[in-house]
Amino acid sequence: MLQDSDRIFTNLYGFDDGGLAGARRRGHWDGTAGLIAKGPEWIVEEIKQSGLRGRGGAGFPTGLKWSFMPKSDDGRPRYLVVNADESEPGTCKDREIMRHEPHTLLEGCLLAGFAMRAQSAYIYIRGEYVRERELLQAAIDEAYDAGLLGHNAAGSGWNFEIFLHHGAGAYICGEETALLESLEGKKGMPRMKPPFPAVAGLYGCPTTVNNVESIAVAPTILRRGAQWFAGIGRPRNSGTKIFAVSGHVNNPCVVEEAMSIPLRELIDRHCGGVRGGWDNLKAVIPGGSSVPCLPGGLCDEALMDFDWLAGQKSGLGTAAVIVMDKSTDIVRAIWRLSKFYKHESCGQCTPCREGAGWMMRVMQRLVTGEAELEEIDLLYEVSKQVEGHTICALGDAAAWPIQGLIRHFRDDIEARIRNRKADLKAAAE
Amino acid sequence: MSELRQVEIDGIIVEADPELTLIQACEQAGVEIPRFCYHERLSIAGNCRMCLVEVVGGPPKPTASCAMQVRDLRPGPDNCPPRIRTNSAMVKKAREGVMEFLLINHPLDCPICDQGGECDLQDQAMAYGVDMSRYREPKRAVEELNLGPLVETCMTRCISCTRCVRFTTEVAGITQMGQTGRGEDAEITSYLNQSLRSNLQGNIIDLCPVGALTSKPYAFTARPWELTKTETIDVMDALGSNIRVDSKGREVMRIIPRNHDGVNEEWISDKTRFAWDGLRRQRIDRPYMRRDGRLVPVSWQEALDLAAGALRQGPVAALAGDLVPVEAVFALGQLVDALGGAKECRTDGSALPHDNRSAYVGNAQIADVDRAGRIIILGGNPRNEAPVLNARIRGAWLQGARVGYFGPATDLTYEYDHLGKDSHSFESYVNGNPDWSGTLIIVGQAVLRQADGPALLAAAMRGAGDGIGMLVLHNAAARVGALDVGFSSAGGIQAVLPGAGTVYCLGVDEVDIPQGPFVIYQGSHGDRGAMRADLVLPAAAYTEESGIFVNTEGRPQLASKATFPPGDAKENWAIIRAVSGELGTPLAYDSLQDLRHRMGETHPHLLRLNEVPENEWKPLPLLGCGDTVIAAGQENFYLSNPIARASVLMSQLAAGEADAIAA
Repeated sequence: MLQDSDRIFTNLYGFDDGGLAGARRRGHWDGTAGLIAKGPEWIVEEIKQSGLRGRGGAGFPTGLKWSFMPKSDDGRPRYLVVNADESEPGTCKDREIMRHEPHTLLEGCLLAGFAMRAQSAYIYIRGEYVRERELLQAAIDEAYDAGLLGHNAAGSGWNFEIFLHHGAGAYICGEETALLESLEGKKGMPRMKPPFPAVAGLYGCPTTVNNVESIAVAPTILRRGAQWFAGIGRPRNSGTKIFAVSGHVNNPCVVEEAMSIPLRELIDRHCGGVRGGWDNLKAVIPGGSSVPCLPGGLCDEALMDFDWLAGQKSGLGTAAVIVMDKSTDIVRAIWRLSKFYKHESCGQCTPCREGAGWMMRVMQRLVTGEAELEEIDLLYEVSKQVEGHTICALGDAAAWPIQGLIRHFRDDIEARIRNRKADLKAAAE
Repeated sequence: MSELRQVEIDGIIVEADPELTLIQACEQAGVEIPRFCYHERLSIAGNCRMCLVEVVGGPPKPTASCAMQVRDLRPGPDNCPPRIRTNSAMVKKAREGVMEFLLINHPLDCPICDQGGECDLQDQAMAYGVDMSRYREPKRAVEELNLGPLVETCMTRCISCTRCVRFTTEVAGITQMGQTGRGEDAEITSYLNQSLRSNLQGNIIDLCPVGALTSKPYAFTARPWELTKTETIDVMDALGSNIRVDSKGREVMRIIPRNHDGVNEEWISDKTRFAWDGLRRQRIDRPYMRRDGRLVPVSWQEALDLAAGALRQGPVAALAGDLVPVEAVFALGQLVDALGGAKECRTDGSALPHDNRSAYVGNAQIADVDRAGRIIILGGNPRNEAPVLNARIRGAWLQGARVGYFGPATDLTYEYDHLGKDSHSFESYVNGNPDWSGTLIIVGQAVLRQADGPALLAAAMRGAGDGIGMLVLHNAAARVGALDVGFSSAGGIQAVLPGAGTVYCLGVDEVDIPQGPFVIYQGSHGDRGAMRADLVLPAAAYTEESGIFVNTEGRPQLASKATFPPGDAKENWAIIRAVSGELGTPLAYDSLQDLRHRMGETHPHLLRLNEVPENEWKPLPLLGCGDTVIAAGQENFYLSNPIARASVLMSQLAAGEADAIAA
């Protein structure tokens, strides 16, 4: 359990003033110029030491990512792009940061931007986040007025601009290269990698794309020291993390907790337990809609961090925990996710374009049992044909929930097919 | 080229340029990689996922070989070359998977699809697919598009490779095609249902790897395996595009491009591709003579008698037209020389100096466009006069070359600096001594036809001497060859025609012969030339005889005979040889081989096929330019020669173009 003194986002619920005065009172924008004075190498090294892994889903070490920016200056501008296109079903953590703690993000942008020698940052915010955009824009304006951004930002001698860009609501624009395309005014379709954004990103210039939370935790890490952050959670899975718990719990909530917290503790302590008691738990999707689900049995000892969940062929993803109790029609639930991915596939590359629709249609029939038993294996194979063969990770995201379902709930699906066959037979007789 | 890098591909070690993509490196190793979206001359899309290969030691998933460069490969353990496998279980599985996905929503209507027999999807499904479908869901259907009279669509067959989109936007320079919608509802479409406005649009038919885009005029007329394929040269413009004429029986069924990096890459214009219906119409298939103001059929013997009689009377003036092979021009030249007549090929009155090859051809090659840092276009409209060359200029522009243009403002599909509209502006530009390094000057025919044409050409040559060079953009396929064999007179056409008693027109349809002289017209189509003629000798068109054509950069290329001339029509050189026999002074050759041999004695470069001879650079003396407003280049692209004018399709396109301009 995370001590209150270790919390980074002390105004996550918006009880205090989200504006600059409140943020300063809570310790943000404190000594920013001093941190900058320590130099970009120090910042990158400190973030590396802290063990911070990207909070957007893939969990790539943030400090390492920053260090990929070219060392030498070739005259091209550099960009920091903040991915605020939080669209993964179940995920609503960045939203709370942008609503109630926007200054952590803005200060993080300045520090991260300076660390990679970028003089401008673009924040690409999800289309549906209208109020969040207003609040964030207000915070940006406030920061400019206070001299924290713009020329000689925060008195650091570094010039830094932040631009807020409003997306149009496509899920695919949360994929970093599709986001860059969209930011450039093109259709949001992922680019091929290599070249990676650090080499040729926004407008062909070196770019780093980070999740909101990854950037927003950076200032506090730098202020309190890498060792403090690294000391929370298990090795390689360090730090605090915002969890968003939804579904069949008594009190769905967004909460900042220590990494590697047991799932049961997270649910029982912060969410008032599973609806109908822990034994009523059927399954949990631990990291947003794209990761494979965990059956109730595995949840008893589940730890909420990257490595434990990866060991169970699932993932921490965005740490958006979707809890399903035994009243859930799990096949239908996963079908709904398939439908989402079919709808959000950009249509650029073949496996995802054709496969997402195919999988969704087979899932649709599995919901009612209108299928043959061997189609379960077919569906699994099709999902394997999509996974790893596409330009971006949306193909994987479409395949994983189905793979998780078949891995853990095959009996449910088979029973459904058998029952339907028996019903049909009975009706015929 | 940077240092070569060793790569091991299926056990074969190749030395590959690090700039190459894996698919190209594999090709170098002789390993074929299936692909749909990848095309060497278009940008890389990487969306079909058919070209997946395994990079050993890389990520545990297959890599798209079209999108990864050799230099991005990590070296193997102990610094041994990176290893790529294209025949592993992973790759086989990936290909089968992608193929299955491509086929689930494909209608599989091959028996009624025009692409059948030359379909990439069909071929690759045979090679890399499995033999049955596991897909039980309903298939997708997509509405057809109306792209205009050239390209037929069946979008249900589309596999969204986006080659057509990339071609039209990158090469043709139009923005009407794109992909709309998302996921499986994504469709290749023309925005707002526009039809395509490009004279290169036919190329998307070749590019389409499936039967989604097929040829409308050719629809359902032949299967590829029924066609006789003849590799030959196009004459619709002076570029000398390499083409393949596909014929069935006596008829040309379609024309498609061949690859030639130095000339047309692998594109052809719509006139080249679709004017073949003009080969079937308005054909002169027997000799005619004018009697009481009307053309009446006569026998070949009567016609030859009549021709000989008229030529004996003289004085003779001979003109060479735009579409005739150089052998016929050479033969006619010898015949006219024997009669003491005058000859001329510059029928449009252009000021090309007939005795200076560096001035009437230039010293640059078409491929120089690619390496030019700056391209100056002096008059002319390359978009209409040589669309494929224009696309190449556009390609150079996309790579960063700057284009400067002198002439009336026009849309060339790329941005240019409009440097002036009259002769004077060009003269002052040259006198301003700009930095000529890396500059290629393209001189259009429009400026050479004006009064101060010689002065402009001289000014252009002055600049070209310090840059990459000069390319004279001709409009007539036969012009350079005719000048090469000396079919010209000092004073040009104005000096040749007056006083002539008999005019021998070898395929001349673009000029009006004044009333007075007896006109012998030898040609293939009943067009302007035949209407004026007193005697009409039926001749073969360019697909019906073997002949050499010298293109605008001075490259001799051999056209082959794909079909036979209709009716009593004969090959051009043979008619001239017969006329000479009738005159009692037979030319000294009885076969085309003999003729070529004789021609080679005096003009050896014409027989060095496909070689661009180096011309001795002889700048013209500088003259003062006037302030003439530079005229527009060729405007009516679709109706520029008798074959195109006989084509119903070209007339439709011309009318469509006129409507579009009026609208």
